[in-house]
Amino acid sequence: MKTTIRIYTALVFIFLYLPIAVMVLYSFNSINSTGVFGGFSLRWYRELFRDTETLTALRNTLILAVISSLVATVIGTAAAVGIDKMRKRWVKSVTLAVTNIPMVNPEIVTGVSMMLLFVFGARLVNASGVLGFWTILIAHITFNLPYVILSVLPKLRQIDPHLQEAAQDLGCPPLKSFFLAVFPTILPGVLTGAVMAFTLSLDDFVISYFTSGPEFQTLPIRIFAMTKKRVTPDIYALSTMLFAAILILLIAINVLQARSEKQQSKKKY
Amino acid sequence: MTGTESCIISLRGVTKYYNGEAVLRGINLDIHDKEFITLLGPSGCGKTTTLRIIGGFVTPDEGDVYFNGRRVNDVPPYKRPVNTVFQKYALFPHLNVYDNIAFGPRLRKVPESEISRRVKEMLELVNLRGFERRSVNSLSGGQQQRVAIARALINDPKVLLLDEPLGALDLKLRKDMQVELKNIQQQMSITFIYVTHDQEEALSMSDTVVVMDTGEIQQIGTPEEIYNEPDNAFVADFIGESNILDGTMVSDFDVVIFGRHFECLDKGFEKNEPVDVVVRPEDIDIVSVEEGMLSGVVTNVTFKGLHYEIIIDIEGFKWMVQTTDFWPVAAVVGIKIDPDAIHIMKKSKYSGAFGDYSSFSEELDKLSELEAQPEQPPVEEEIID
Amino acid sequence: MNKRSLGARLAAAPYMVWSVLFVVAPLIMVGYYAITDSTGAFTVANFAQLGTYSDIFIRSIWFSLIATLICLVIAYPIAYTIAMRRERSQRVLVMLVMLPMWMNFLLRTYSWMAILEDTGVINTLIGYFGIKPFHMINTPGAVILGMVYNFLPYMILPIYSVLAKLERSMIEAAQDLGAGRFQVLTKIILPHSMPGIASGLTMVFVPSVSTFYISQKLGGGKFDLIGDTIERQFQTSYNYHLGAAISFVLMILILVCISVLNKFTVDDEGGLLI
Repeated sequence: MKTTIRIYTALVFIFLYLPIAVMVLYSFNSINSTGVFGGFSLRWYRELFRDTETLTALRNTLILAVISSLVATVIGTAAAVGIDKMRKRWVKSVTLAVTNIPMVNPEIVTGVSMMLLFVFGARLVNASGVLGFWTILIAHITFNLPYVILSVLPKLRQIDPHLQEAAQDLGCPPLKSFFLAVFPTILPGVLTGAVMAFTLSLDDFVISYFTSGPEFQTLPIRIFAMTKKRVTPDIYALSTMLFAAILILLIAINVLQARSEKQQSKKKY
Repeated sequence: MTGTESCIISLRGVTKYYNGEAVLRGINLDIHDKEFITLLGPSGCGKTTTLRIIGGFVTPDEGDVYFNGRRVNDVPPYKRPVNTVFQKYALFPHLNVYDNIAFGPRLRKVPESEISRRVKEMLELVNLRGFERRSVNSLSGGQQQRVAIARALINDPKVLLLDEPLGALDLKLRKDMQVELKNIQQQMSITFIYVTHDQEEALSMSDTVVVMDTGEIQQIGTPEEIYNEPDNAFVADFIGESNILDGTMVSDFDVVIFGRHFECLDKGFEKNEPVDVVVRPEDIDIVSVEEGMLSGVVTNVTFKGLHYEIIIDIEGFKWMVQTTDFWPVAAVVGIKIDPDAIHIMKKSKYSGAFGDYSSFSEELDKLSELEAQPEQPPVEEEIID
Repeated sequence: MNKRSLGARLAAAPYMVWSVLFVVAPLIMVGYYAITDSTGAFTVANFAQLGTYSDIFIRSIWFSLIATLICLVIAYPIAYTIAMRRERSQRVLVMLVMLPMWMNFLLRTYSWMAILEDTGVINTLIGYFGIKPFHMINTPGAVILGMVYNFLPYMILPIYSVLAKLERSMIEAAQDLGAGRFQVLTKIILPHSMPGIASGLTMVFVPSVSTFYISQKLGGGKFDLIGDTIERQFQTSYNYHLGAAISFVLMILILVCISVLNKFTVDDEGGLLI
């Protein structure tokens, strides 16, 4: 029984990693083909640094991810604090329901609906060519917000409800008491939300596809354009590098977590 | 204690509604300097709400709060000269012990050297010497409790508010902390306003006890007064064990219970006024039927270590007697009650609500205590105002 | 109304304004476009046209259902296996399950093309064993495979998450009361994992039924799905009204599925279930 499980697990993981393996393999392909492997070469990695369109798209994607996740984190954390303090049941439920909408709605509907909004808005003010950096930024912030809120809210529920009062009791005015007493305690939730928002933004294709314009291409959109024709393996090289970077990052996080846990268990006296 | 000392906090006609229901009704209370005053009552009686109104976390709907004669209804908590020890301590988890305690002084820009000296003092006071760098999460409940106290006291408040601070501790620790708290209060000569539902705690620590129920003050007095001379059946039942019976004051010093005259020490009632009669179980002697003033059958005997708790059925009314003598079940016995063991109270809305020990067991006792109160919302948590 | 906590309650105001503008209004726009034509006049013609697309709807739902079920069958044992291991192993395995998601979705799908093509990796490999190549690309199977591949982790994780919280003592209690392995599975483990399963079903079905890229690449354009149709209205035919109508119906479809499945995923803490 145990070996069956082992084999099964192995098969599933092979399934999961097969296309990635293929991609990594072909990123080192000496010839421009995704069928035949000609030999090991680093040519696509060199090509990558000459592919300005791709590099621009990469830069755009990073800028977009940073800005949208930052804005979403600020607005979202404030929102979570406000929602947590809401007293009227119905207002809270409606707000939470609306928060869920971007998460449950299929991406294509979100993308299309925002596009329609922008187009309609443009028509109202008789502008043309509305889709560009600002529309895609708005879209990214919009789908990031729920994840931030839903990361921070549980943390707010977990903390001692009297923390802020305790700070005030000791002489702290209300706003300051939030930042000195509550915020540091919910910080893990805020950070998790920010990181989630960042990664969602990095990888988003469908929503970006509908809300962006020709001048501002993000990496996924660039990749889509490329896959319409033939993909040059320098994209594979880029993906492999991104993948390696993330792998290293996750390993580092895991090691750090394991180490801090060891310290924690030593601390209990 | 009363009258001559300066009255530093006053509540006048304080009323608070929650969801349309009154959780406090017309509270009038005077708190004196250097007093250890306890608000005592069952859950939902309004004691914590009263405390939070004094602290400034809750605004009364009606009535006024005065600090040294000055009306402070609209003064926010961070401007009031009181400090609070919260029920679950509310220590800042991201700061260590030292930084938690230093929080208040740092806000007032006290120089670090001074802060360092005073934190050390405080830690000595609460018996946590050397704990400066510890993380608050690694502390036990009792230690966290003491950090919370130190954090409040370092600000030199004239008044300290304590909201059921010992509730989460186990029995032995609780008793030790009670002694420590009383010592600290006397050492520092501060006014302590203490909230608890544990009447033993209240009796052992306080100078003054304020008994509350369903938003109203039932009685204010010293622990002895509350215990020996309860004003109504609620207080008599809440504090200690009592046998509460119907009686008639035939004339001064003479009350009739179960058709028999008893000499007592109370007077000032109307002729033949129906009254509530309180007799504490420890004040009753069990004697032979011939020597007894009333007689009945033993129905239940429980050994409590300190004494036996014996239930005696006298004409259908189950009396509880606490005595060191053993009497077996089904024994026919008499009881003897001295005049000073009888306390007469005027009839109130509580008459008939408590009474005998017919369904006696400790758990049922506590359950019926809770049942006797109408369904209260979890007021203490939800008023975050 | 206490003016002191007003500040805290106002904290959510920017978000609420934002939501109305950019979450609620766009959906209203979809409704608006769906019931108007290019002159702005009210019409039901867009919805009437949907009749011609009914086979596409059916195909999308059908493919997604199959893909979702396959995901469930594959994911459950894996989720269970991971949940039963030690904490350290659990974290590593979960990370390994999530890792492929970090590769760009388009490229992962494109990779499958390379794998499944008539001259692709698999066919080349089996060619070395002298087996004739078989045709995998541009089939319904390929599309479903694409769906399963891309969304499998979203089925594994919620189920794992719920199973990981299952207390050993519950299983032991059941065994103590006489339950055999099969009964423990059906009476304790499966019911306990319902919220996770429901969550997983939603998280696979919704993107599957609305995808457009997978069907384009792995189906060779032969199997139009709802997503493809919508995409075409907006990017090629510029028939926004029809596109809006189709989107509207898709939204309703999803809403129905989710409300049904939500009965099993009650999480009123307001936090993410994963």
